Amino acid sequence: MYVRDFSRRKYIIIGVIILIAVIFLIRLFYLQVIENRFKLSADNIVLRNIRQYPPRGRIYDRHGQLLVYNEAAYDLMVIPGQVKNIDTSTFCRLLGIDSITFIKQLNKATKYSRFRPSVFVKQISKEDFGKIQEKLYLFPGFYAQTRTLRHYPMPIASHLLGNIGEVSQRELDRDPFYKAGDYIGKSGIEKYYEKYLRGKKGMRIVEVDVYNREKGSYKNGKYDTLAIPGKNIKLGLDAGLQSYGEQLMKNKKGSIVAIDPKTGEILAMISSPSFDPNMLVGRERSKNFTRLMNDTLQPLLNRATMGTYPPGSTFKLVNALIALQEKAITPHTMFTCQGKLSRPIKCTHTHVSPLDLNEAIKQSCNSYFWKTFKSILDNPKYKNSHQGYQAWYIHVINFGFGHKFNTDIPYEVPGNIPSKEYFDKIYHGVWNALTVRSLAIGQGEILVTPVQLANLVAIIANEGEYYPPHLMVSVEGDSKDSLKFHTLKATTVNTKNFKIVRKAMLDVFEGEHGTARFYKMDSIKQCGKTGTVQNPFGADHSIFIAFAPMDDPKIALSVIVENSGYGSTWAAPIASLMIEKYLTGRVKRKKLEKRMLDGDLIKNPPKVKEE
Amino acid sequence: MQRRENIIGNIDWLTVFLYAILVFFGWLSIYSASSDETGRSVFDLSVRYGKQLLWIAMAVVLAMIILIIDAKFFSTFAFWIYFLFIFTLIAVLLFGKTVAGSRSWFQIGSFAIQPAEFAKFATALALARYLSLLNIDMRSLKTKIIATTIILLPALLIFMQNDTGSALVYFAFAVVLYREGLSGAIFIIGLIMALLFITTLLFSKLYVLAALVVIILSGLVLFKRIRKSWKLTVLVFTIAAAFVLSVNFAFEHVLEPHQKTRINVLLGIEKDPRGAGYNVNQSMIAIGSGGLTGKGFRKGMLTQYQFVPEQSTDFIFCTVGEEWGFAGVLVVILLFITLIVRIVLLAERQRSKFSRIYGYGVASILFFHFAVNIGMTTGLAPVVGIPLPFFSYGGSSLWAFTILLFIFIKQDANRLNVL
Repeated sequence: MYVRDFSRRKYIIIGVIILIAVIFLIRLFYLQVIENRFKLSADNIVLRNIRQYPPRGRIYDRHGQLLVYNEAAYDLMVIPGQVKNIDTSTFCRLLGIDSITFIKQLNKATKYSRFRPSVFVKQISKEDFGKIQEKLYLFPGFYAQTRTLRHYPMPIASHLLGNIGEVSQRELDRDPFYKAGDYIGKSGIEKYYEKYLRGKKGMRIVEVDVYNREKGSYKNGKYDTLAIPGKNIKLGLDAGLQSYGEQLMKNKKGSIVAIDPKTGEILAMISSPSFDPNMLVGRERSKNFTRLMNDTLQPLLNRATMGTYPPGSTFKLVNALIALQEKAITPHTMFTCQGKLSRPIKCTHTHVSPLDLNEAIKQSCNSYFWKTFKSILDNPKYKNSHQGYQAWYIHVINFGFGHKFNTDIPYEVPGNIPSKEYFDKIYHGVWNALTVRSLAIGQGEILVTPVQLANLVAIIANEGEYYPPHLMVSVEGDSKDSLKFHTLKATTVNTKNFKIVRKAMLDVFEGEHGTARFYKMDSIKQCGKTGTVQNPFGADHSIFIAFAPMDDPKIALSVIVENSGYGSTWAAPIASLMIEKYLTGRVKRKKLEKRMLDGDLIKNPPKVKEE
Repeated sequence: MQRRENIIGNIDWLTVFLYAILVFFGWLSIYSASSDETGRSVFDLSVRYGKQLLWIAMAVVLAMIILIIDAKFFSTFAFWIYFLFIFTLIAVLLFGKTVAGSRSWFQIGSFAIQPAEFAKFATALALARYLSLLNIDMRSLKTKIIATTIILLPALLIFMQNDTGSALVYFAFAVVLYREGLSGAIFIIGLIMALLFITTLLFSKLYVLAALVVIILSGLVLFKRIRKSWKLTVLVFTIAAAFVLSVNFAFEHVLEPHQKTRINVLLGIEKDPRGAGYNVNQSMIAIGSGGLTGKGFRKGMLTQYQFVPEQSTDFIFCTVGEEWGFAGVLVVILLFITLIVRIVLLAERQRSKFSRIYGYGVASILFFHFAVNIGMTTGLAPVVGIPLPFFSYGGSSLWAFTILLFIFIKQDANRLNVL
């Protein structure tokens, strides 16, 4: 029988075997040597970058009292691409969220990126996180990131300290330091000193297994970087005084600004109504923020720096100083006053006539200061009253009015000192002292902020010089920035003229007819000046400025209580109590203190005076 | 005495050496893929590398027993062994244990045995025995039918166990039939069918039919020979068209959903890196990240942190790729190819037809496993769960491949005693 030999087919078979092997080798060479994609993918799968957040710098008051510190919290992060086969209902129960929130959050994260982490649940407290952590391994794709939240041991100074919040898109675009979900100072000290407080983020690279468990650091931490804690900041604030001021201003609208005249450091800055800074921390932040936003009393507004008021009679001190400097008057110049019959400005106070400067300040005589103001503008030294006004204007600006201090004070506004050009424009060039007479008694177009007023007192206390008001005393380990605001500024008025005004301010407290004579203390020599500011929207604002002790001023302050009537009724006693508290540490005038603390001008506003 | 020495001396030590080195490299990979930081001893039977060491020891014993048994035993009892395993396959269908959806395991104590693995050498024996009978001519229809039945009977039983991968392995015997005289046309027809199948899934069937018409018409116009046998041409066209039309139906109604997805992912129709494509994706990342020289033994991060599913069994090749790089896979592929080609060459030098056919059976099965397994891990073939011979973790597969190979080594050693 014929049998064909098929042995030659072995060549075909061996050929196919070798062909397949060659195909495999080409394929493997492509996968392993030519294509780089897989190396990156492998790193993405195995390595996880865990950002190390540094603790944010703490904030202290001038005596080392802690104002702001950190508390640990946890953000639950998710990498949507790694989430698979998880028991959703158990997971939701563990986190205390509903399934709709779960789906919504997961979709949001997926939309951002399937392979990069997003925040799933924010700011879980230490206590809640303990329970979650035990079971977290059951849910691949989820892990926790440690964060710190701000806490405020005393519920004070919310306007100054500011708060932190998640970075906005604009902040992200501006500074590559931040990543989505990071926290950044949003206002106040937190914002101004962000670069010091934030510290430097670190990065830890860890290897994880398929169950998302950490298996140790990558290459023994060779590529890890340590987080550097933020620097602590010491403020000039006196926590006790701030707290006391906030209590005094409770149920009142207005502000207190107290400055250490020797340094320009702000001892207290109260804006009322206020709020507890702890309200703007954590998960309740946005809810509380909306509530504060919608409050008609505007608790978020920092009246101390953003509220502008006509200075009223307190401005008579400035006019007196300018007049003395310009030699428009002497301390012995006497003017007459017809009381209510005085023209062009009537005087509401009852006092002797004629009277000198000291008496005029002590009793706040309108007629005297109208004549003083007129003497400045119509000074024969100048060609005309417009030039006289220009001279006046420059003096006023040098007192710190009409512009911002541009220090670390949050949200300042410049206020307004009307310029010569402004009057030229509105009066078409035809105007004189009579036209702008309101300026004589601090009314009219002139607007100042409480912090500018407090600075005025500091200037008087220092007899002509001042450091711009500021909050920070020192940054831990940084001397350069700590000295940033230590530039002494001078006014255009000589020291000897200040002495005259200071004596008159002392008499406001100590003189027979002084407007603040009821708040005189035997132990402390206080100097002050009342102001009652007419206000088209309601009762007059009560203003008082003061410094003490006279011979070695340690505190200079301005107090404004909105819609409360005479300066001597509310603002003066509050100022005096603040002085007593700061200088002696305790308040002995309990009756006066109680009256101030109990006064509720929001529920029981004083009646509007009938003209 | 002299005869016995002869046999030991006649053993092809190159094959034994290739076997040993593959098993050793395989065990190293399993060790790397299944060890953890607890650092348990290699003799610890609670970890995979410990168990595999036991399987290897027992495989060596099996190999020695086979070498001692008279070579004639296997040809004489080929059919008995075949039927014994057919019987076992039926038994496992009735009494077996289901693991990962396949009812293909016998549980004996704490160990599980997979009869489908052993049925391969039994089939190879039976096929060799049948085709080496006198008066066998591959051209006769009866021979084709009986040979095909011998091959497909165990395949069908394994398919019924829901172990498609192991069932597909039996198609490897087509290579044996080809060597023994089956027309090569069957492979060409198979290739054309596969091509039609893939193009039909990739493109609309209308395009494929149009392309067929264009090819046939241009053939008729250009070639005189085709014009002469136009009847046959039309018949071929009709069959091809019918096949194309039935592919859709078959794809939609015959294949299981997971099989469809695997094919779709392979063809790039579906992208599903988290589902069906997950294994392949992870596998390619592991291999691809190995680079030219690899990350080093036990330093492959994907392997160490178990990112590749089935990494000590079907996807063991990933460990080689990741930890030893292109250099490692080159060595492993060369070892396999050398072994398989060596077996083919040994088969060709056999005097007995039985030994030759059995040798081709061994080479075909090893090659099929090698090609499909590495094709699957490198994303060239659909995910068909079959082990890489000598490498993959598992006693059944290691023993079955050892028996398969050493029966042939024994036959080869005995070749001079065959008249």
